[in-house]
Amino acid sequence: MNDTYLEYQAEILRMTDRDPKRCMICGKCTASCPAFSEMDFHPHQIVGMVERCEFDVLETVEGLWHCMSCMACSERCPRDVQPARFMDAVRQWRIRKQGGEHLHPQQVPEKIDEATPQQAIAAAFRKYRK
Amino acid sequence: MTFRYYPGCTLKTKARKLDETARRCAAALGAELVEPADWQCCGAVYPMAKDEIAPKLSAVRALADAKAQGQELVTLCAACHNVLKRTNLDMANDEHTRDAANRYLQLPEAYSGETTVLHYLELLRDRIGWDAIRAKVTHPLTGRKIGAYYGCLLLRPAREMQMDDAENPTIIEDFLRAIGAEPVVYAMRNECCGAYVTMEDRAAAKARVEAILQNAQACGCEELTTACPLCLYNLRENGGALKVTYFTELLAQALGLEAAE
Repeated sequence: MNDTYLEYQAEILRMTDRDPKRCMICGKCTASCPAFSEMDFHPHQIVGMVERCEFDVLETVEGLWHCMSCMACSERCPRDVQPARFMDAVRQWRIRKQGGEHLHPQQVPEKIDEATPQQAIAAAFRKYRK
Repeated sequence: MTFRYYPGCTLKTKARKLDETARRCAAALGAELVEPADWQCCGAVYPMAKDEIAPKLSAVRALADAKAQGQELVTLCAACHNVLKRTNLDMANDEHTRDAANRYLQLPEAYSGETTVLHYLELLRDRIGWDAIRAKVTHPLTGRKIGAYYGCLLLRPAREMQMDDAENPTIIEDFLRAIGAEPVVYAMRNECCGAYVTMEDRAAAKARVEAILQNAQACGCEELTTACPLCLYNLRENGGALKVTYFTELLAQALGLEAAE
């Protein structure tokens, strides 16, 4: 196993504080996910990729940016794996890397309108960049 | 009854209506809401990663301030409530977060999650009570078929939020009954509106809202009500098929503090 990938895995498990081996791949998380149709990989697959150290794939997953942190997956997980924590940890891992930011302040004006609440902008900054 | 009150960034700007109506209604119901002079933005989303301590500090400051005043902390925005409530639990139960936050903040007295965080809906239900509210209603919303839009943040994770059953909540329906309206239950009232993903992919947020509004209309909702400024934005700007108001606007109408539109 690639040492760097083991370090990545340790970092993610430190963030999630959850054991991906508990996942029994029942798929309730993915079935509950309201962003299912926009995602290339789905919550149960992300959990599995962390467990198997597939960071070459996790480096390119786009579905992360479509997770709305609605917590439906975690709420409905019968094994308390809490897939939302894995989605968030992998997202953190991506944006913590140099050049990993997914949103730049210069892009904000084109993404908002007169009614956009501050809450949306603050949340997007937390989710899409360091 | 005096409470500490955390409005949050959006309630001072785009969601001013939520803040203003909530304050006036609280006063009419005998609850005084005192806003601290120097609160800071809570960050809008709860940092789920266990090693993210700094983004929780502004929430800890607000919680410690309420403790210093010996008051319960009332929130109104669903996002602020989610952040403050969950951060409070971390300060009570997670040694790493508690130690790191206290070392950094150097508060006059270490904070360990002593404050009770109440959402305004919980203030209505658990401190004032539906019966007391019903007794103060002068303009009942008779005949109005209103769907509660809970969204995500008030309810989930249920183990932490402890407001209501995450899959079959009743608190907003009970509220609607207390002010004389007819609550309409529909399946998608606790499904996500698209949240901040409207910044990333507006079409995705529109798809979420369309599904919610179709379901609400099919079940007979004539209008929707919510506690979250971002839900309101998405339902209005990425949807628009139904009127959406903050629940405190409905309360203000029922108490005769504001005319129905």
